[in-house]
Amino acid sequence: MKRFRRHGQESQRDRLKQELFQFNKTVEHGFPHQPSALGYSPSLQLLAIGTRSGAIKLYGAPGVEFMGLHDENAAVTQVHFMPHQVELVTLLDDNSLHMWTLRGHKGLSELLEIGRFTLTGPPGAPPSVTRVTAVLAHTSGELLLLGTEGGHVFIVEVPGFRELEERNISLDQVAASVPDDYIGRRNLEHVEALQENPINPNQVVIGYGRGLMVIWDLEKRCAIQHIPATQQLESVWWTEDGSYILSSHSDGSYCRWMVGGEDVNDEEEKSDIPYGHFPCKAISKIIQLPTEEGPPFLLFSGGMPRASYGDRHCITVIHCKTHVALDFTSRIIDFFVIRDGLQHTGDPSALVVLVEEELVVIDLQTDCWPVIQTPYLVPLHSSAITCSHHVSAIPLKLWERVIAAGELQNTHYSKKPWPITGGQNLAPDPPQRDLLLTGHEDGTVHFWDASGVCLYPLYKLSTAGVFHTDADPNDNMNQGAEGEWPPFRKVGCFDPYSDDPRLGIQKIHLCKYSGYLTVAGTAGQILVLELNDEAAEQTVEAKVVDLLQGQEGFRWKGHTRLDVREEPVLFPPGFQPFALVQCQPPAVVTALTLHSEWKLVAFGTSHGFGLYDYQQKNTVLIKCTLNPSDQLAMEGPLSRVKSIKKSLRQSFRRIRRSRVSLRKHHVNNTAKLQEANARLEAELAEMELAPVQRKIEARSSDDSFTGLVRTLYFADTFLSDSSHNTPSLWAGTNGGCVFAYMLRLPPVEHRADEPVTAQPAKEIQLMHRAPVVGIVVLDGHGAPLPEPLEVAHDLARSPDMQGSHQLLVISEEQFKVFTLPKVSAKMKLKLTAVDGSRVRRVGVAWFCSSRTEDYGESGLVVLTNQGDVHVVSLPHVKMQVQYPCIRREDVSGIASCVFTKHGQGFYLISPSEFERFSLSTCYLVEPRCLVEAPLHSGSSSQRRSQPDGASSTHRTRQDSEDAEVLQEIQKSLEGDQTSFLENNVKSAVA
Amino acid sequence: FPSPHRTTTTHKKEWILRFEAEYRRFALKRNGPGGFQEFYRLLQTIHRIPGVDVLLGYADVHGDLLPINNDDNFHKAVSSANPLLRIIITKKEDDPVVFATNSLQRRKKGLGLTGLRTTGSGSTHSKNKSGLMIGLPQNFRQISSIIDVDILPETHRRVRLHKHGTHKPLGFYIRDGVSVRVTPQGVEKVPGVFISRLVRGGLAENTGLLGVNDEILEVNGIDVAGKSLDQVTDMMVANSHNLIVTVKPANQRNNVVHRGSKSSVGNSGSVGSAGSTGSALLHDSPSPASQSNPITASNSTAEGDSDDEDDDADLILENDCLTPYDSHRVANSNSTNLNRDSPSNRPHNFAVGRPFPQSVSLPNSIGASLSDSSVMMSNHNGNPSHTASSSQESMREDGNTITL
Repeated sequence: MKRFRRHGQESQRDRLKQELFQFNKTVEHGFPHQPSALGYSPSLQLLAIGTRSGAIKLYGAPGVEFMGLHDENAAVTQVHFMPHQVELVTLLDDNSLHMWTLRGHKGLSELLEIGRFTLTGPPGAPPSVTRVTAVLAHTSGELLLLGTEGGHVFIVEVPGFRELEERNISLDQVAASVPDDYIGRRNLEHVEALQENPINPNQVVIGYGRGLMVIWDLEKRCAIQHIPATQQLESVWWTEDGSYILSSHSDGSYCRWMVGGEDVNDEEEKSDIPYGHFPCKAISKIIQLPTEEGPPFLLFSGGMPRASYGDRHCITVIHCKTHVALDFTSRIIDFFVIRDGLQHTGDPSALVVLVEEELVVIDLQTDCWPVIQTPYLVPLHSSAITCSHHVSAIPLKLWERVIAAGELQNTHYSKKPWPITGGQNLAPDPPQRDLLLTGHEDGTVHFWDASGVCLYPLYKLSTAGVFHTDADPNDNMNQGAEGEWPPFRKVGCFDPYSDDPRLGIQKIHLCKYSGYLTVAGTAGQILVLELNDEAAEQTVEAKVVDLLQGQEGFRWKGHTRLDVREEPVLFPPGFQPFALVQCQPPAVVTALTLHSEWKLVAFGTSHGFGLYDYQQKNTVLIKCTLNPSDQLAMEGPLSRVKSIKKSLRQSFRRIRRSRVSLRKHHVNNTAKLQEANARLEAELAEMELAPVQRKIEARSSDDSFTGLVRTLYFADTFLSDSSHNTPSLWAGTNGGCVFAYMLRLPPVEHRADEPVTAQPAKEIQLMHRAPVVGIVVLDGHGAPLPEPLEVAHDLARSPDMQGSHQLLVISEEQFKVFTLPKVSAKMKLKLTAVDGSRVRRVGVAWFCSSRTEDYGESGLVVLTNQGDVHVVSLPHVKMQVQYPCIRREDVSGIASCVFTKHGQGFYLISPSEFERFSLSTCYLVEPRCLVEAPLHSGSSSQRRSQPDGASSTHRTRQDSEDAEVLQEIQKSLEGDQTSFLENNVKSAVA
Repeated sequence: FPSPHRTTTTHKKEWILRFEAEYRRFALKRNGPGGFQEFYRLLQTIHRIPGVDVLLGYADVHGDLLPINNDDNFHKAVSSANPLLRIIITKKEDDPVVFATNSLQRRKKGLGLTGLRTTGSGSTHSKNKSGLMIGLPQNFRQISSIIDVDILPETHRRVRLHKHGTHKPLGFYIRDGVSVRVTPQGVEKVPGVFISRLVRGGLAENTGLLGVNDEILEVNGIDVAGKSLDQVTDMMVANSHNLIVTVKPANQRNNVVHRGSKSSVGNSGSVGSAGSTGSALLHDSPSPASQSNPITASNSTAEGDSDDEDDDADLILENDCLTPYDSHRVANSNSTNLNRDSPSNRPHNFAVGRPFPQSVSLPNSIGASLSDSSVMMSNHNGNPSHTASSSQESMREDGNTITL
């Protein structure tokens, strides 16, 4: 009987769980890791990026994003859109071809793989015969031309991937007609390039590796012209009027050839080695585009003098008298040019360059060719991310001030709008403004708009200015000297080489109501900053805090404290530091929290914690948590690990310097880099060889690093007796110890002169001694206490002070609820003892029901070392749901995870990408977009002759259609939702 | 000592008692000796020492001096009387008797048969150092046991290790490995977790119940199948205070054989009788977990709080001197800069100013044996030594909270 009743309650709870929780990975923010291919469709205005891990990502207007993943775990080597269609073809390095399409589905588009194909050669032929090296998507939209390593060109009908064997262009056919005097005729090598004649789609030029180019007529199936270049071919470009062919070569030269009908013995018209005299590297791609009036644009990548600038990643742009070698931060993957006009045949407007670590777009129509800021694909890792912090529901006032501060920093960007505008973003406006703050190794904090699908940079704060750093002031890499040749210009923001690793940001806490920000770093520095709309010159006074408190036998072997600038420093508008605390020993700050109402900052390191009053600028409390037997903490960081990292960093730094200084160092440096890499590899190999064996031992109090402070928490609660609530500070350590201090704040009118005092009140030693990762005080209703100032701003219900409060201590192994003020254990949830996982990240989140609007509940969101996310109910600490989220091997991903207050989360899937996930049924940020097929179809002549008027009428019609489509989508969505719910209810009832 | 009743007493036992060098000899029915308490009272009347706390010991067949302090070992003692049972009675407040193997024989040698029972002289103590020390009965502590023999398959063994109170390391290592399972489809290889090494002198080695290459099947009632080595490690560490591991021993020859099935199972011939009686003995004193830990009920064990008593043993120090605000103004002001305190300030507000190392050492020295959460001590004005001593007195085996 009892069991039956319980069952009923459980099913009701299960139904509620379905309304509250669901797990989705929604969108990837940032720049794809290891991009390997780039494609662009002028008609769709979509950009496609393929990666080494087999992902294919499409981007259009901000918010329009698609992602697909090839089943094969092979790198994408080429991406080609089928002209004027919504299909695209990818080539992987396992030689398979894949056809993808953007399929409309319930008013939204989705990227779908619709076919795959691998060339099959004649029986017994070597694999090189069918190894695809060049792909041409023919403008007819029906043909793919595949050039292979064996020198053949296969013609395949798409979308069905039907081989048209009779139309194949075999090497023998071509070789037979090659003029006898051509020196390389015995071996033409692989097909390097395939290009179509822009004015005659029946003509294609086949470029062979050896240098020979053959213009082939697809209809007559014969060679029309042979172009006898003798240098190794790198790329071919057919000029728009169809009268010239440009070829680029491995010796750094390019040639221009006249396309001249039947004249077989055509001479090269012009040949040039742009950075000549000394041997040059290959020009890997060349483009020439006409302008309405004036000379054409010539763009090519590579071609730098091998000895002195062979390590630069450059694209040269030449127009009129302007000649610039754009110097990128990493290897160039590919580039293309966006052109004006409805048919995308007008003047070049923007150059889009995909390099290994970022996407750079250059405005070619504004003087000096400034960079256009990218609204997506922003390199998060311009300096390595060291921590992140998410703040939900930013008040409009703060939001505007941050944006204003950010705009002042972006004056060097082009004013032009983002040129890639394909697709429509149908996602509803984000319900609130969210900020994601990332701390970086170089001491900067980046503010990102994390409200929507595009993680957009808002503002960048640098803390380096407060300190004297190792940075060499003469180490100016931005501009070369006047009249330097080649005329370099540095572009891009990727700069992973930190000048001083001590600057690295480790913890961030922003109060969204007061605009106070505190950041803490690797060398024990804690800065308190406030938002100022004006630039200000001020001196930041440092307060050194000795966390050892006379502890004997301590020897700090780590880095030294940062050297503070004593002279006034000019801080630009934005967040400006006004107080600085430096921990001694200068160990990395491991916990940080700010209470803007009480004007207090609490900070902790592996040696202890302190409380700092930033109004009076003095310390209120210092507590040493060191255990004398704590060997590791006593001696500072492990020297071995550090030395590798340091030496690597130093060698990188040396390389960087050499890039701008003398050329003779350069060989030496690559050798050093290799050496460092080899050392690192040896180190890794050593680690892997260690036997996989684990010691089973009960924890004892003298385990290492027990004193490390893991969490700090401010609460206004009942610490001493159940009738008076007082401010309190809670600290949890790695050794399972919780310290509670009662704080006494002077009345507001004397806040500036009377001291704040702290008095120890409680100490809890958890018997299981697992690290304490979180502390939360629950009010009389069992709800977590609101953030400081939240109630004052009417954004939260004031906490219930009538009922008795409870203390929730979250250790890596258990969730444990204690009563307050008398601390005694009330209930708990064991995690590790049951399934062997440990809590890595924890946050409090609010979950709303997807069905009834007014129902919601708080829960703990937990990420374990197994990579699973759990939701644990409050205040009863019962496990609600569990979803696998991150691979458990992905330690850095797990460590990087942050939760939002509404059940979403972010974690790094690569150094440069955040994956966003959601546990909530209500808060879901995911791309919802539509891409429509271009209406033009048929032959190219038709397309080109189409009058502009026609397309403009089409435009307006489309606009009205859009509105309808939107409505329809809305309806279908709503319908979906209700039917989904109904289904749920039905299944639950059943 | 040759007894006249020897041949006749099939139903009676002979007793020799010595108390303060006083010998009593009496008979008791063998088949109805009653319980320990009854016997204890009987002795008190015989010796006319009602109200005096005494410790009882007896000499078993091997001449070892063993304690009698509960029904079980009383029955054991009675059954081992052959036919004479010598009982040694010692006053409780005297220096502890050291129970040890061979101790009686050695004492016999040293003191002679008629020698006075010197109550725990220092010399006895030092002599006994060489023998295997056995603590006082009240300090007796189980360190391991085989449990659930009746519900487990014969090839498996469920071992309980009690880390509690000992300073010995658990002392074993585990590794990944491949386990061969016989399934209806045939032999199947699945990943498993195995004991890879035993630390010399560790608990695991001392019990003799775990061996290298034993496969670990369950940890505290939770199946380890499908869990990674690190997960299993964490589970074991988290349960280390009361670790119950179910293993499939690599050496299947010393298996516990069910008494009932002894005749039917052919291979039991090789199983030494000593082994089986030994394990039966251990099984005779069932531990609480044995009821709560059937394999099928692994979930209930995981969620239930059956073995939580010793788990709740968080040490909580509270400073409640804040309630009367005025009287503690001084203490408060001290505490605000307590970190700059000179040591001389400390005695006044020990609870406030106690430096961290001291409070950490607390669990080290006594925390291990503190346990019972029911023991709450309000100690507002005590001094540290008082606290320590009082808590030591009232400390019991299973879990606690202390309020200072």
